[in-house]
Formats: sequence, structure tokens, C-alpha cells
Amino acid sequence: GRAWGAWRGGRQRQGGAAAREPPRGLGETGLLEASVSEAKAGRTDLIFLIRFRHCCLLRNQRCLLAYLYDRLLRIRALRWEYGSILLPPTINMTFNTSFCKFLLVEWFNRYKKSLATYMRSVGGEEGLDLTQDIKPPKSLYIEVRCLRDHGEFEIDDGTTILLKKNSQHFLPRWKCEQLIRQGILEHVLS
Amino acid sequence: MAGAMAAAAGGDSDGESEELVLTPAQLIQSLEQAWLNEKFAPELLESKPEIIECVVEQLDHMEANLKRAKKGDLKVSVHHMEIERIRFVLSSYLRCRLVKIEKFFPHILEKEKSRAEGEPSILSPEEFAFATEYMANTEAYLKNVALKHMPPNLQKVSLLKSVPKPNLDSFVFLRVLERQENILVEPETDEQREYAIDLEEGSQHLIRYRTVAPLVASGAVQLI
Repeated sequence: GRAWGAWRGGRQRQGGAAAREPPRGLGETGLLEASVSEAKAGRTDLIFLIRFRHCCLLRNQRCLLAYLYDRLLRIRALRWEYGSILLPPTINMTFNTSFCKFLLVEWFNRYKKSLATYMRSVGGEEGLDLTQDIKPPKSLYIEVRCLRDHGEFEIDDGTTILLKKNSQHFLPRWKCEQLIRQGILEHVLS
Repeated sequence: MAGAMAAAAGGDSDGESEELVLTPAQLIQSLEQAWLNEKFAPELLESKPEIIECVVEQLDHMEANLKRAKKGDLKVSVHHMEIERIRFVLSSYLRCRLVKIEKFFPHILEKEKSRAEGEPSILSPEEFAFATEYMANTEAYLKNVALKHMPPNLQKVSLLKSVPKPNLDSFVFLRVLERQENILVEPETDEQREYAIDLEEGSQHLIRYRTVAPLVASGAVQLI
């Protein structure tokens, strides 16, 4: 929730749409082609104008690509933070809505698949989940408080724990890591 | 505990290639050295598939031992903690490499393409597959979302030129493991001239990465 709010308030609004207009606009008016043919016909004083305009277009292209790539990196971060999720439908798109969203989701799914293939190939039969063990382990068991009802939770030796809101438990650290990141449990530091 | 680990790892070292037979303690130390070097080096270092494979086997052995052990035995917690620590170092090492691969993907793939026959690879085969997929995925996305809607002469972009390269001139701390003589230090500004230094064993230095890159690769120095 928190991450989404910050992300939406970020700089993914006007910049993209505005930067994309000039390249199309200039091409459509044919101004560029007219200048180029005149320059070839001998008007060498126009070459400066053409080069200047080309530099502006290149800059717009780079700004746009940087902005799009930055969005990709934020989406990538979701995989590492929250696990192998499906992208929520509330992703905000500022232009060409559904097709762009489709492409973004497609990138995300391909990235997930690529990462999963790599993690499986490392580390024995079951693979090694690299999105776990983010922090150095300080102890085997940790005190956690449940922030919301989560139902029954089974730990390694077979016993089940009922995760009710505000209940506190002393649980194995590695079982809790995912739930802590999802906001269901909270690590209690005394 | 060392005795238990050695017994568990007894089967490890057979069937390995011409490599030295490492004790578990030496294996973990190599892992930690590779981990620290990777963490502090600005570029992606050589891949160490032998170390990773051995560590994974080691972890499997230890976990199997744990399952057989009596419950409530104090040694169980200690072994378990050791497993967690080793797993953390291994995950952190692989994660660090993935982050660098994603950050510098065009340059890394280019370097791999132009690698000579006998030279060791900086990417394991699985990492190479991951890097190529990442590049294809990202290129396809940028092309379909933006580039193909642009005027004809702007539809290509050179990722090699656009994506920043690793900064090999960044400074790193190191500890010298093997004595080195006459290391040439390039001048940073025009006023300085290049000079040579000797690196004494056990000494610690703060130096530009570019100067010591080959020493890191050979294991003569350890980044800290």
C-alpha cells in the first residue's frame, strides 16, 4: 500500500506524454524533410538547424527511454520485495493505456520466469530462493507480532500456529521472512 | 563441530577435477573471499562455479545431518545457525552478481562475446542465459512501447552507449595476501606522473580499482 502510494506520486505523469509528442509532431509537419532537401540542394546554412533539431530529438528520445526504463526497474523491485506476485490492476498508466500496460505486464512475467529459471539452476534439486535471506541471520528464532489475521500457519516440526491479529509468537526466522515483508507479521525487538 | 563437518564433507571432494581438495573451513573461507570481492568491486568478477557447487553440496550434507540428529540436542541449534549463515553468504554473493548483471548488461554481454578462447568467463552458463533474456526482454519492451512510434531515423538506440559503464576508477580498500612488487600506478591528473609501489603482505591500502583489477582476479589481494 505504502509503496504503491509513493510510486504513484512519482514522476511518471506528464514527462512521458510530452516527450513523446515532438518527434511525431516534427515528422508529421514535414518540416525536417523540407529542410534536409533544401540543404542538399545547396543551402548549407540550414545544416546547423537540422543538426540542432536532431540533437533535440535525440535528447527527447533518451529522456523518454530513461523514464521508461526507470519504471521497469520499479516494477522489477516489486518482484524482489513481495515475491512472485501478479501485478495489481491499479498500475497507473499515463498514455496509451491498455496496450502499454500489457507490455509492462509481459516484461514483468518474462523477468519473473527468467529469474525463476536461474534460481532453480543454482543450488541442488530445489534451487536457491535468492529473494530470501536478505539480511544476515542474527538468531534462529525471532519474536513476532501478528498484524492481521492470517489463519493457520504450519512450522517445520508439524505444529500449527494460529495467526490472529495482535498475537505474539516465537517462530523460526526463515519461516517469517516472507510474512514480515508482506506486512502480516512484525518483528518485535525488545 | 569441525569434526562433524569434515565427516559430512568427506564425500564432497571425490570426483572433483584437478582442483585442490579443500576442507570445509577452507571452502567457506573461499566463499567469503569471493563474496567480499564481488561486493566491493565495481565490475562483475569472474564466476566461481566450483565454489558455488561445493558450497551447495556442503549445505545439503549439513541439512541431511541435521535431520538425522536427535531433537533438543544443543549442537543442532549451532549447526542450524551455521547453515543459515552460509546460506546467507551464498545468496548475498549470487544476488550481488545478478544486480551487477542487470546494471551493466550490454557491456557484460559484449565482453563475453569478445572473449578469447582460453580466457575464463565472467558469467556462468546460467547467468549468461539470464543476461541474454534480460537484454532481449528490455529491448523488446523499449522498442514496442516507444521506439517503433518514433520517426524512422530515431528507431534504434545503442544500449552499449546509453547504459553507463562500471566505474573502474572508483577507490577500493584492500588487504594484500601475496607480496607484490612494482605495481604501476597511473597518474590521475596531468601534473602527476606514474609511479611504482610495492605491496607488502598483510598491508592495507586504499587504491583505484583499475590499478589492482588483475590482482583481485588472481587472488593476490582481498577487497575489504
